[in-house]
Order: sequence, then C-alpha cells, then structure tokens
Amino acid sequence: MTKTPTRRSALKTLAATTAAATTLPMWARYSQAQTSEPIRIGFQVHRTGIGAAYGRWYDRTSQAAVKLINEEGGINGRPVELVAEDDGTDPKRGAEVLEKFANQSNCDIAFGTLFSHVVIGSAPRAGELKLPYFVVSEGHHVASGMLNRYTLQPGITDVKSQVQAMAPFVNQNLGKKVTMIYPDFAFGHDHRDYFSAATEAAGGEIVAKIAIPPTETSFTKYFPQIPRDTEVIYHVMVGPAVLTFVKEMGEFFGPSRPEIFGFIDSLEAVDLASPGLEFLEGTYFWEGNPRYAQADQSEHDKFYRAAVGVDENGASVSDSKDISTYSHMFGCWETLFTIKAGMEAAGYTGPADRAKLIEAVEAMTDMPLSREHPQGAKVFNGKTHQVFGHQYITKVTDGKLILAHTTSIEDTLYPDETDYTTQSF
Amino acid sequence: MLAALEGAVTAAVLALTAIGLSLVFGVMRVVNVAHGEFYMLGAVIAWSVATSLGGHPAIGFAAALVIAPVVVGLLAAAADMTILKRINYDPERTIVATIGLLYIIQQVTLMTYGPEARPVEPPFNHRLALPWVEWGEQGLALYWPWGLSTTSYKLAVIGAAIVVLLGVWVMMTRTKIGLIMRATQLDRDMAQAFGIPVERVYAIVFGIGAGLAALGAVLIVPIQQAYYLMGADPLLLSFIVVIIGGLGSLPGTVLAALLIGMSDGIISVFFSPTLAKILATLLVALVLVFRPQGLFGTRAA
Amino acid sequence: MSRAVALHLGLIAALFAAQFVLPTYHQGNVARIMVLATYAIGYNVLFGYTGLLSLGHAMFFAAGLYGLALPIQHLGWGAGPALLSGVAAGALLALVVGLLALRTIGVAFMIVTLMFSQAFYLSVLLAGTWTRGDEGFVIPAAKQVLFGIDLATPTTRYFAALALFSLALLATLALVRHPFGKTLIAIRENEERARMLGYDTFRHKLGAVVISGAISAGAGAGFALLFGYAGATFASVQYSIFPLLWVLLGGAGTVIGPLIGTLFIFYLIDYASGLTDAYMAVVGVVLVALTLFAPQGIAGELRRRVWKGLP
Repeated sequence: MTKTPTRRSALKTLAATTAAATTLPMWARYSQAQTSEPIRIGFQVHRTGIGAAYGRWYDRTSQAAVKLINEEGGINGRPVELVAEDDGTDPKRGAEVLEKFANQSNCDIAFGTLFSHVVIGSAPRAGELKLPYFVVSEGHHVASGMLNRYTLQPGITDVKSQVQAMAPFVNQNLGKKVTMIYPDFAFGHDHRDYFSAATEAAGGEIVAKIAIPPTETSFTKYFPQIPRDTEVIYHVMVGPAVLTFVKEMGEFFGPSRPEIFGFIDSLEAVDLASPGLEFLEGTYFWEGNPRYAQADQSEHDKFYRAAVGVDENGASVSDSKDISTYSHMFGCWETLFTIKAGMEAAGYTGPADRAKLIEAVEAMTDMPLSREHPQGAKVFNGKTHQVFGHQYITKVTDGKLILAHTTSIEDTLYPDETDYTTQSF
Repeated sequence: MLAALEGAVTAAVLALTAIGLSLVFGVMRVVNVAHGEFYMLGAVIAWSVATSLGGHPAIGFAAALVIAPVVVGLLAAAADMTILKRINYDPERTIVATIGLLYIIQQVTLMTYGPEARPVEPPFNHRLALPWVEWGEQGLALYWPWGLSTTSYKLAVIGAAIVVLLGVWVMMTRTKIGLIMRATQLDRDMAQAFGIPVERVYAIVFGIGAGLAALGAVLIVPIQQAYYLMGADPLLLSFIVVIIGGLGSLPGTVLAALLIGMSDGIISVFFSPTLAKILATLLVALVLVFRPQGLFGTRAA
Repeated sequence: MSRAVALHLGLIAALFAAQFVLPTYHQGNVARIMVLATYAIGYNVLFGYTGLLSLGHAMFFAAGLYGLALPIQHLGWGAGPALLSGVAAGALLALVVGLLALRTIGVAFMIVTLMFSQAFYLSVLLAGTWTRGDEGFVIPAAKQVLFGIDLATPTTRYFAALALFSLALLATLALVRHPFGKTLIAIRENEERARMLGYDTFRHKLGAVVISGAISAGAGAGFALLFGYAGATFASVQYSIFPLLWVLLGGAGTVIGPLIGTLFIFYLIDYASGLTDAYMAVVGVVLVALTLFAPQGIAGELRRRVWKGLP
C-alpha cells in the first residue's frame, strides 16, 4: 500500500471502503437489503417441452411488466428481479424449480407457469416451503380446494368460469343441440362437465361428446361420429396438433357446416391466415382477451400492447408471423401488478412477511379496469384464491376476430368450493 | 368407408416414416433414437425453404422435396462418421449417443426455428366430396352431405408412399449399392473380407435412412405441421412398424404399416377413441407376443 | 465382511452423514435422487443383470405411484397399507407383462414392453374420473404420515428416501450374491448355455421381471408419498427412457451405477440450466462425449480402471 503523505488520509479512507465492500460481513449486507436489495421473484417458465410456445410469450409479458414496475420505482422502493427457471413443462422438474427458488436462489416468492399438471405437481412443495406461489394457469385446481394456502391465482379466470359463462350465449344465439369435441384428459373433461351442466341449465342439449385421445395426430376419423341433427359444434383442443385438427374439421364439413363455437386454445399462437382456415369465417371463439385490437379498444389495452410489443393483430411487432398467446399471457402482467399491490399493502420487507403478503392479497376484492388490469375489471375471491373477470366472444369477420359479446362477471361466478383462509400458515 | 380411407392415409404416413428406420435398423442393427429428429428436421427445412422461396406453394414444395433429404442425409452421415463409427456401433452406447444427438437437434431447432407449430401449404389441395345414397322421403336420393370427403393431397400422399417404397425396393434388389447393403446386413465380417468398405456403407446407409425420414416428413408436413417436438411419435410408431414387420423386411414393414393404420382407424369406429387406442395398442403387442420374429421375419432375427 | 458389503454400507453411511452437512436445497435434491435411483436400481435388475432391455418401465413406476395414491385418495387408506398396495400393484403388473412379453427376446421385447406401457398410460387417462388424467392430483399433507412420522419435512423425507434406497441397494446386493442372481447373470451372458445346464431360464427371467417391477413400483410409491403428487406424466414414455439413460451412464450391471447415473444427470441439468437457456444441448454434448470416452458408464469405467472387484 502506498504511503505518500499528502494523499495519505484520502487513500486510507478509500482502502477502508474497498476492504469493507469486499469483505463485508453478512450482517452488513442484510441491513442493506432492507433498502436496496432487489425483490426476487422466481419465474417458473415453460422454456422447453410442449408448453414452449406459451412460455415464450409468458416470458415477454412478464419481462415487460417488471421493466415497467422498475421504471416506476419498484416495489416498496426496491427494484424487482425476475429469476427465470425452465420447468420443461414437467411436473417433477416444476417441483424441483420451486425448491431451487426457495432454498438456492433466495427468492421472495414464486410466480408463473400455465400447464395444470406442472402447477399441481409443484403446489404441494410451495405449501411445504411456505413460498407464496402465484400461478397463471386458468385451471380450476386452485378454486377446487385441491391445493393450499400458499397457492393463488389472482390474474386469470379459471376454466370452470370461462366455460359456464359461454353456455347462455351459445344456446341462445347459435343452437340448442350441441356436439362437443375435446381432448380426452383432465382439461377436456373440465370442459365436458362444466359446459354440459351449464347447457342443461340454459335449456340446451348435448347430443354427442367426442373425446379425442391426447396422442392423436389425425382427426378426420372422429368427425363421422357427429350426429346429423347437430346445430352447434363446440370444440377445444390443445397442443401442437391444433392446426391439423381445425383444418381437418374444415375439410370434413366443406361448404355445409353447422354453427361452430370454439375455445381459442384450439388456435392460440396460430395465425388465422394459415392455409385451410378460410372456413372459419363466421364462426365464434371464446377469447380470454381479444387478440385483434377492437374498435372500442381501451387505452389500457393499447398501453399494454405497446409495452409487451404486440401489434393490433396480436402478433409480435418485430415479426407479423409470430402470433402471441394473447388470451392467456395478460394473466402474467396482471398477476405481477397484483403482487406489487399486495406487497405494498403488507409492507413487505422480506421472507418473514410472506404470510402477511398472502393475507393482503386475500383481502383484495375489486380490481377495476386499469393499466394494471388491461384485460378488464375483475373480482378476487380471497377464500378460494381465484379471480373472476369478463369473458369475450368474438366472431371471425374478414379473417379477424371481432367482438360479438362480453359476458358479465356474474356469469362466471359459482358457489365457493373451499375456504383457504381457514388453513394455518 | 371413410375410416378405411383414413386408415390408408395413416398407413401411408407410417410407411413413409418407417422405411428409413427399417433400412438403418435392418442393415446396421443399431437403435437410432435420433431418427425422429431427422424426420422433424426434414419438416422444419421444408417450412424454411417454402417460406423463403415464396411464390406458388408448389415451387417451394418441390424445392424442399430435394433440399431437405439431401441436407438431412449429409448431416446424418457426418454424425455417423464422427460419433457412431468411433463407438464401433455398440448397441447400448449407440442408444445413449443418439439420445444426446436428439437433445442437441431439438435444442438447436428450438433456438432457431422456435417453439411454434407452423404450417406448410400443400402444392395442391382440393376437397373431394363423395356422394352418399340414402333412402329419403322422396325415395332413393343421392346427395353430398358434410362429412364424406377427403382431399386430393391426402390421396397423393398414398401415391407418393407407394412410389417411394417401390424406389427403395428397386434400390435394394436391383442396384449394386443395394447388393452391397444386403451383403453387409447378412454378414458384416464376411462383407469386410470381400473388400466391401463396411464403414463407408454404414455411413451411406445412415445418411440414406435419415434422408428418407426427411423425405417422408416433407410429404407429410402439409397435412400436419412442422414442430420441434414432432419427432417423438413417428419414432415410436416406426419402431413398432419395423419390428412388427420383421427386421429389415420391406414387405413386412408395409404390411405392418397397413395393419396398424387400419386397425387404428377401424377400431375407433366401434369404441370410444381412447379405449380404441388402448385396444389397438394391445392387439399389435399381442401380434408380436405370438409371432416374436415379426410378420415377415425369420426365426434367427 | 467382504469389501463389497463394506463399500455398500459405507455408501449408505456417507449418505446418512451427508444429511447433516448438505445445504437445504441439495438435501431436497439428494432425497429426490435417492428415490429415482431406487427406480434405476429396479431397472438395472432386469437390464444390467439379466440383459433384458425394457422400454416400458414407466408402467411399473406409475403402477406403484397410483397403487399408493388411489387408495389414499378414494378409499381413505393410510400410508402404510397404501405403500404395500403400490408395491403389490407393480409386482402383479410385472407378472402379467412378464408372462406375455418374455415370449419375445431382443428388440421385440423392447417393443412389446413399450406398447404395454403405452396402453397403461392411455388407461390412466381413460380412468380420468379417478386419476384426473394428465393433470393428476395432490396427496393431502395429512396423509404423508408413516408410523406417526410426518414425511413432509426435509429431514424425515431425506431419511425416508435413504431407507427406501438402502433397502433396494442391499436387496440387489443380496440378489447378485444369491444363486438366483448368479443364474440371471449366466442368462445374460449366454442363455442357451444356462438352459443346457438345466436351469429353467423362463422362470428365472420372470422372477427378474417381477423383482424389477416391484422395486420400480416401490420407487413410484415412495415418490408419490414423499412429494405428494400423482400424475400421468410419470407413466409416459420419457419416464421409461430415463432409467435406461441413468443406468447406462452410471454403469449397467453395477450395484452403485444407478445412483451415480441419476446423480450425474440431475446435477448436469440443474447446473447447465443455470448457465444457459440452451442447457439441453449441453446435456446432449455431454452424453455424446461420455459414450465416446467412458463406454461402460461411470461405475463401469471405475471397475475397469480402478478396482476390478466393484460389484
């Protein structure tokens, strides 16, 4: 170390500071943590596996939301950091990723993921690790009471609500005799059960239920099972073969089709201008959030689109062929802003306040249409940890999805099936 | 009727995917887990070629039909010479090495091509409606209802499958390279002793097998879509087809493809779809249980 | 006490001791790895020692998983009897599959087991009313209790996984030293000769399938019980390929190979995914490199280069 007398005192201070910074004892870092250490949000994302197309857009939306939160001063004055880990769209890896968030990368909370089996496989670990786990899955698993107090879904309406809210519109406007086509696993069974019940309540009739095996790659052989007196086809399909499914349905019907109502899951991330989809003109879709910017687009949707980088046709601004998962990914945006609101209400400072954070979110009710909630107003049910919001029905008109009907929030409500607030932390 | 037609299309698709594996498996006796990935690469290349060329879909399609198999074939031959040759085609190590290859190919595709399923436009496609006779109120009536239809492209795939299969059969039985392959298949050491460069034959077979998978993919991709995980199902199905047919037997492979394609299509008419799949799977497994050498195999295989 | 027995007891002791030094995160990982390694041990009985390559072991793992989870969920059973029913389900399934599939050999055996497993997977989906299909269901924390011990805490879970693993490890060690196991190895080396020596090779192979299926089912039941989830993913074909990969990498036909292979793959994925998004490509390159430079798997190389007596 230099001993130049004139600069001695200055250097001494400098050296002391440097030494302090490099060999800073742990207590010092932690005392700092309260003010400037980032809040770390573990982000469980489908980078590989069958969920990858959704995961990519979940990633883009979440990054955009976190960027905005940080630009506006972070949460409780602290910046937010997303710690992303791939779950491979696999329930085993999903659970491992949660452990990594809690025990290895010191995350405050966990967030993310869509596919139900990953959520259900991970949630027990969240409960044991006492790690708040905010999911954006649209599954009914949260509100059904199967999971635990640490798992919440405040950003997207569940499938039971979505489906039952569709039945009145379908029966009144399209036809009473419905044939359902759905994948033969839990997600499809939810559609089958909830839509059948809601249709009967609305005075309609399900004339056939066609379950497609999940390993199927060609569908034409199932279509002859559609009864001839069918007035409406109700279809929902997921996975990489969705486009084949819709195309083959078009080839099957030709020019004389019945009314068709589908869940956009059948064409999420798929360009409506793809060859073979022309027959969809005049058919209807459920959309969680309309992909095409509508005539009465809210300023909030406009802002949200621009922030994420989605154009008015629902595609990436940098590549018009790269279609977003617009009906689902808004849930990431809204969930992150709900987390922010919850942490601020709870005065969250660190992992010791996790229970307070959950109580703060459970206390939430109305979420008005805003920049934080661009998809629309919502009502959160603190007992079932599930949010309920407007659903949209759009009609294919000139190759675009144009809004035909917006359901009320009341259409999506059903009696509580559980009360998580009675569980201890 | 429609079920049978669909069954024929499924069988044609199966035969096209299985034929490359049948060759590799038959001649080299190695399990190539990455075979499905070569198939996937063929479809992905078809998409890139078709989109970058533009113009009428037929131009891009025709170009893809040539480019995809060649590129994939060369890639596979390179993999054979750098990896499989060095582990001496040891059956177990080949499985691990090709699993490794599978991961690499999938990841590279995911990072360059992306996770979406993308369509390739068929060069021609017409909906063909079949007439239906029904005893209606005015007596016998002939009409074209929704339902009974197929597309010209699907029929063309059946035709293409027949052409490709004939081509392979001619290559194996009528050409010198086919003779050399069959010699290598029968007795590797003897072939070596007769001056056949076995290692080069293996590289060629591996390349041709992968090229055939890619060719099948190009033909099939207008019906389905190009997707980075699409290789898994064809891999399993072609394995099943090849084994049921009897190792290295081309007629057996074709017959097995027909059996599986048809049984799947026809059983699904009578049972709920998932139950039908289970029954069809068990049926095919039992064929193998009671005829372990496959339909056209010999005992020693 | 021979050196082999000492080595195994040493390994168990080392894993026992590791509990006290490992950070929380790795403690959870090793618990999971031990359960999965039990699965790999079960696979190794059939593949490594008997020479039968199955591509359908996920059905045994899943039979254990559901054999435990379904009675708990729908009949209200406790963990103890459910654990037994899980193992029994796997053993029974293995008996039926073995009786049919053992009529075939080589690649036909691979395909038949693959197809039975696929049929099993589809059946799980078909029975969606009870299994909730692909989505699966959660085993309530209140049911994760065995002999009055709550298995959902990090320490008890670790010891429960260690107990399961040790049981399987010592059982296979005993098997290999038993005449029955020696006959299996003889069948692997030359089935024709074993038959000429008067052994009923079919019954021996059937026994190996049942033992292998039962151990795999035990791993599946343990996995469901300790980690609280049962879903159809575990019956899918990739879960049939995993144990093959673990065993081949660790070293087929060695007793500690399955653990080494599972440990290696787990940390390879975990570590590489932290480095780069392209971690699957890294895993792929490592797999290819290992086949080039460690042809007999990790434990196999150790046996070849360091200690010939490694069992």
